[in-house]
Amino acid sequence: MLESLEKRFRNIAPPVQFCSLRYVEERDQVVQVRQNVLEPVQNSTDMGVMITVVHEGGIGYGATSDLSESGLARAAADARDWAKRTAGSGVVDFSALPMPSSSGTYRSPVEIPWDSISLEDKIDLLRRESARLGVDPRIVDWEASVWYTETDSVYLTADGGRVEQHLRQVVPSLAATANEGAETQTRSLGGRGYCRQGGLEVLAQVGFHDAAPRLAEEALILLTAPNCPTGKMDLLLDPDQMILQIHESIGHPLELDRILGDERNYAGTSFVTPDMFGTYRYGSELLDVTYDPTIPNQFASYGFDEGGLPARKEYIIRKGILERGLGASVARARLRMAGVANARACSWNRPPIDRMANLNLEPGTSSLEEMIASVERGVYLKTNNSWSIDDSRNKFQFGCEWGQMIENGKLTHVVKKPNYRGISATFWRNLKAVGNRDTFQVLGTPNCGKGEPNQSIRVGHASPACLFADVDVFGGE
Amino acid sequence: MRDYFYEIADYLQSLMRGEEVWTASYSAEDSDFVRFNHNRVRQAGSVQQRTISIDLIQGKRHAAASITLSGDLEIDRPRLRRLIEDQREMVPHLSEDPYLLYATEVRSSERIDPSQLPPREHAVDAVVRAGEGKDLVGIYAAGGIHAGFANSLGQRNWFSSYSFNLDWSLYHNADKAVKSAYAGFVWNDADLDARMSSASRQLEVLARTPRTIDPGRYRVYLSPVALFELLNTVSWGGFGLKDHRTKQTPLLRMVEGGATLHPSVDITENTAEGIAPDFQSQGFIRPPKVPLIERGCFRNCLASPRSAKEYGVPTNGAGNGESPFSIDMAPGGLPQSDVLRELGTGLYINNLWYLNFSDRPACRMTGMTRFATLWVENGEIVAPVNVMRFDESIYRVLGQNLIGLTRERDLILDSETYGSRSTRSGRLPGAVVDEFAFTL
Repeated sequence: MLESLEKRFRNIAPPVQFCSLRYVEERDQVVQVRQNVLEPVQNSTDMGVMITVVHEGGIGYGATSDLSESGLARAAADARDWAKRTAGSGVVDFSALPMPSSSGTYRSPVEIPWDSISLEDKIDLLRRESARLGVDPRIVDWEASVWYTETDSVYLTADGGRVEQHLRQVVPSLAATANEGAETQTRSLGGRGYCRQGGLEVLAQVGFHDAAPRLAEEALILLTAPNCPTGKMDLLLDPDQMILQIHESIGHPLELDRILGDERNYAGTSFVTPDMFGTYRYGSELLDVTYDPTIPNQFASYGFDEGGLPARKEYIIRKGILERGLGASVARARLRMAGVANARACSWNRPPIDRMANLNLEPGTSSLEEMIASVERGVYLKTNNSWSIDDSRNKFQFGCEWGQMIENGKLTHVVKKPNYRGISATFWRNLKAVGNRDTFQVLGTPNCGKGEPNQSIRVGHASPACLFADVDVFGGE
Repeated sequence: MRDYFYEIADYLQSLMRGEEVWTASYSAEDSDFVRFNHNRVRQAGSVQQRTISIDLIQGKRHAAASITLSGDLEIDRPRLRRLIEDQREMVPHLSEDPYLLYATEVRSSERIDPSQLPPREHAVDAVVRAGEGKDLVGIYAAGGIHAGFANSLGQRNWFSSYSFNLDWSLYHNADKAVKSAYAGFVWNDADLDARMSSASRQLEVLARTPRTIDPGRYRVYLSPVALFELLNTVSWGGFGLKDHRTKQTPLLRMVEGGATLHPSVDITENTAEGIAPDFQSQGFIRPPKVPLIERGCFRNCLASPRSAKEYGVPTNGAGNGESPFSIDMAPGGLPQSDVLRELGTGLYINNLWYLNFSDRPACRMTGMTRFATLWVENGEIVAPVNVMRFDESIYRVLGQNLIGLTRERDLILDSETYGSRSTRSGRLPGAVVDEFAFTL
């Protein structure tokens, strides 16, 4: 298949300055048991190509699900037409930009292939977990599911570049919803944050087989818990909330296309400006953030970005100082600054833009017990369930499924509907302890929305638990 | 393309054995996307995509699958045959589905709107010309959107529409901008120029020194676009039958606790006046109108076939997500020309952004002001307001604190393009609301 596609591309590639073909085939299977009943198993295969042309200083793309030679030729003609029509009116002279021509291969590491057990066995596994969630009449909805994705892609350039990547991704999910009167509470396995590359071994890695009874019990506990109190206090965040905090208030503001203004009509701009790189204190000295697409099992690992740039680990923030932004070839050339290999597209039918991939907060030295013991009055939050931040990525408000008060160095009672708010530019400077490797978890999210046309993409985040001082915390009504 | 889909339907029928039943849902688009920044082109391209979802049903067992198609029958027939064979092999391994429900009454329909779109270069040139000298950022999306349904009972439905959606902002500086939209089916340069001129005039206000307000409660005007954002958030589980029966609806206090909205609030799923197809993926036809909230009281849920079967009620043609496609809020009696006077002193909010629940069972949500939010004193626009975070309950915004809804309404065509171009829409008035809570 790939060989014949490559041959067709070589046949139709127009005589232009640069031409590339990006083929993506994604096969998904979602198996879900809800209230002990098998939901329709969802199977999908999505494949197509995007051809990109740089010609006469303009750039254009044509994307199609018609992989025949005539289909590719039409897509190439569209791309060339757009390049020609927009030459001279682009945000930059695209003919002056470097267009990488790389060769290489990347494969997700897989220990237990998805197809190594039958569909019936997968359904049985989910039925067992479902049965362990729906254990009380007050549990009014519950579900266990696994979403498996195989993505095979090839990136070809007319001058001989060839990058082949094969991703295997697993998104496990468990959730129990409890109700009593006008109160409803849900506990889940980190939303859908316990996602990784790999095969069925991911389920054991993220504790899928042990979580159901605890989640059901916690949903019931929340029904009778008091609201989270209002006040300024210490805030201890578990990794399955830290990933959201990193994503929204470090990741997005550091995307160079936002800083360049490309996203101002949709996803927004950034409070970060180009002059801040190299000197700006983003957080306390404890804050080390890396872009690291090389962690084998992390959700958004890869060998090359979708513009063909080889991926490698880079420090973004070191000891609290902002060093580098998240921008690939085009943004780096427009801003004349360093970046990372992060030109990414959600599929064949959308062009690559600057995205997060794996954006991680490096572990520190504090144990969870030490962090709890250091708190006179605070709250320990787990599992994001609400997120909102302004278009400059500054004023945020996040909510969690589970809260537990910390009083005089000890965990005390559970609280419901915990929310907190703050401002990115000052919040990270109040980072007062970073958990050690024992608290570190490799997580991610399957849905990060951005771009025009819109794209929802898979992102990885790894983080330890972290402790913040003087945060505005509040509950429900 | 309709004929292509109907030929696929005939081919699928020829592949069936014995008592097998099938349903097929088709979606396709041929789209141009041009992205602008600083009134220059950032990315431009075209996308042609075709996807079919097929459910192969044997008694109460069934297997669902979707694949992309090329549009060429010679290429697609073998792929469809393999897909059906794979599904046929899978069905015996699946348990009976107690909630399987598909349309058995044949209700075929066709809606084919002719393309009146301009050539791609015309629209792009017109945007660049209209934005000359301005800091314009946004996207032009245009082209055909096609949808079809077919089943083994002979039902055939087809929908073809050709639309454009120019969604853009003019920036003054930093985060101060005027957001605008020009969407429809027939392009007119004069319409674009008028909207650009209107945005430019509003931009002049943004040049004034911005005001930062303290957290607290303020009287506000919410534009139809801002109100659309609020209702979109309410629609996130607010009207779905499954969300209601599992007590996860954010309107729980309406259905369990007797809470009500203001008696002037009427909300309807108005398929008849929307732009989306009136059929859904199991072949059911959506009724022209489904009243959701009447005179401030909850009236009906949106029931997908699956939920309808599970909970033993009739379906009203909702999609699997059970959220409105064509939300319609009834107008009030406040003339648009009186809005500033009615607002008096407070905030004129053109856009809200990034809403989410802060207390879902209480339908309390948080979000931000964005783009042009203006400070008004004694009915006069004074200055732009720096972005503020709100945290408010829908029971206050559209309940006890609702002062009035405007007599005029806007038709809002959703500009979302996740996976494909949206056919959702809203028709809403603006609202004057008292004591609206800002927190940060």
